[in-house]
Amino acid sequence: MSTPSTASTEPDLLYSEDEEALRAAVRDLLTDHCDPAGVITRMETDAPHDLSLWKSLAEGMGLAGLLVPEEQGGQGASHREVAVVLEELGRAVAPVPYLTSAVVATEALLACTGDAAGELLTALASGRTVGALTVALNVAPGGAYKVVLHEGGVLHGELTGIADATAADVLLVPADDGGLYAVSIDANAVTITPQVSLDLTRPVATIAFDGASARLLGDAEPAVRRALRAGAGLLASEQLGLADWALTETVRYLKDRKQFNRPVGGFQAVKHRLAQLWLEVVGLRAAARSAADALAAGSADSDVAVAVAQSYAAPVAVRAAEEALQLHGGIGMTWEHPTHLCLKRAKADSIAYGTSGGHRATLAELVGLRAP
Amino acid sequence: MTDATELTRLTRELLAAHPPADTGRLDFLRARFDAGLAWVHYPEGLGGLGAPRTLQAVVDAELEAAGAPDNDPRRIGIGLGMAAPTILGFGTEEQKRKFLRPLWVGEEVWCQLFSEPGAGSDLAALGTRAVRSGDEWIVNGQKVWTSSAHLARWAILIARTDPDVPKHRGITYFLCDMTDPGVEVRPLRQITGEAEFNEVFLTDVRIPDAHRLGEVGDGWRVAQTTLNNERVAIGGMRIPREGGMIGPVAKVWRERPELRTHDLHQRLVKLWVEAEVARLTGERTRQQLVAGQPGPEGSGLKLSFARLNQEISGLEVELRGEEGLLYEDWTMRRPELVDFVGRDAGYRYLRSKGNSIEGGTSEVLLNIVAERVLGLPSEPRTDKDVAWKDLAR
Repeated sequence: MSTPSTASTEPDLLYSEDEEALRAAVRDLLTDHCDPAGVITRMETDAPHDLSLWKSLAEGMGLAGLLVPEEQGGQGASHREVAVVLEELGRAVAPVPYLTSAVVATEALLACTGDAAGELLTALASGRTVGALTVALNVAPGGAYKVVLHEGGVLHGELTGIADATAADVLLVPADDGGLYAVSIDANAVTITPQVSLDLTRPVATIAFDGASARLLGDAEPAVRRALRAGAGLLASEQLGLADWALTETVRYLKDRKQFNRPVGGFQAVKHRLAQLWLEVVGLRAAARSAADALAAGSADSDVAVAVAQSYAAPVAVRAAEEALQLHGGIGMTWEHPTHLCLKRAKADSIAYGTSGGHRATLAELVGLRAP
Repeated sequence: MTDATELTRLTRELLAAHPPADTGRLDFLRARFDAGLAWVHYPEGLGGLGAPRTLQAVVDAELEAAGAPDNDPRRIGIGLGMAAPTILGFGTEEQKRKFLRPLWVGEEVWCQLFSEPGAGSDLAALGTRAVRSGDEWIVNGQKVWTSSAHLARWAILIARTDPDVPKHRGITYFLCDMTDPGVEVRPLRQITGEAEFNEVFLTDVRIPDAHRLGEVGDGWRVAQTTLNNERVAIGGMRIPREGGMIGPVAKVWRERPELRTHDLHQRLVKLWVEAEVARLTGERTRQQLVAGQPGPEGSGLKLSFARLNQEISGLEVELRGEEGLLYEDWTMRRPELVDFVGRDAGYRYLRSKGNSIEGGTSEVLLNIVAERVLGLPSEPRTDKDVAWKDLAR
């Protein structure tokens, strides 16, 4: 019987001064270039991703390469800084392929050793190339995923639920022979079709490969596992950003909104709900920092820290968005109000990289609390 | 400036002059106090050296390594955590010299006479009366939920000295001699079977004016120091994973596969996650304090731990099945220490019910978070400008 793993040293759960400066810079950019009205308009068009915002973040600020070592063209930063960026992108529900390209696809490439992977890594780090790992968004770290057939040097098959595929320049594709392959979207034999998505700011798509030519990058299994673990762990910071926005915005609104000749935020039934939510957001901040710090340190406790953060994050983010909607009253139900951006992202995130329940099952094994 | 090197030197000097092996416990503690190594952040002459509070750890580690006795802080928690900082903040020089040394060495146990049957969450509505008579105050009233009252030599007491002004303004803070013939302490038996607390009846208790702390009518402000220190004492501890109430139930789960069901498993893992997140939140709060950036996060910790203790211990009773029908011992006892975890699951379940009441009810704490952290409007205050004697009761 296994015993609980114990963290040898406590993680650093604070934000450094540099991290706070990074947050301020990203928030400034998003305040100026990612207002909710613009996001709402854009998401119903044929180009739901904001590629000009992506260019500012990735090329202008160099944020696409945070996880990539400097000698490979990146910034040589860590998951801690990426987490701060994701908090801010979450707050704004920014329609950019940051999590999918700068985290998940990048981590997959970091697990591969060959020259092909190295070149691609540098391209992704620059932000000029956007990558997407073709594993459905709902797959958890260690979970089963669909592969395509690799025959005679080309790929055949169809995949669904691939997040941000319509924004990608290159696809990282696990195949049936155990290899991870790079496929350019310019290849004739690749067809990407957007699916009508619950979250239009991180839309999913189907991808059909009909004899697409592909370059081998490395082994798929370790690359996918590493990519999804980082994706899941850092998603918690995006969820924190969503929850924090929902709480802050709701509190702001309810101080102002008056009914029965009083601010609605002065009613105790409402105050207690918001205070309760604040407690949960504070908890999520600690859990998300713990996961980011463990990933950054390559800690032996990373699997536990990620599973804890993902077990906790989704219910908090979804509840925060749902509370925001309810406490805004009728205005929260309208298309023009930003609450639905937060709700749809939070709900989609509750499925992304594994559900809360799935992560709890993983955690139970990790800490020796076996199911009957 | 007293730095770590200097403190190490002073501690070694103390140990050399008073070798713990050949020195009586109280004698050693008194010598430690007089050397300024009791609480290094206190002023010189009052057990300290005016050093940064964080350097206390240097002294403690040195003394522990040398096998020196400590002052058994759990037995004198109210004195150390609540009475002492208030006396330090508001006491006269004479009061500080008289009370702090025996308090710290543990010769004199302190208790707190604050809550009353009619003044719980609304503590400022308290009705215990103190009436001036020459150089003395005559005190009459009833206090409740007083832990250690049966052991205490002294009490911090707040009483009403002016019923004609609004409630917060007519209160005065006293240091009450628990051996006064007018003080009667009766055990108050709880749902756990034991009497951790007492009721204290005060009948014509005479308190010299020299034992008043702070100005007449300023007792509410003085009491804020006491209560703020109570909250500081609750946060700030480092807890290992599974260090709280989840530990015993996880152990039973691992050792007793025959008790496992799917429903219990779902609930257990969910609570394990919440306990770990609460632990990380506490750790984050601690790191903020150490970094000199205290945040508001600490105000939520007690709320989280109260709920978790209740839910986890409730689950444990259920998990134990037939054993959950039993209880270790209902014998009426008066324990010296408060113990949330040490006894059986049934005790933990019952005792933790108090966690959302003692030290501020969860309902009041949610109001505090909503108002002070989130900045939401305060509850309507109908009692603000009403004389205490005219309040509804």
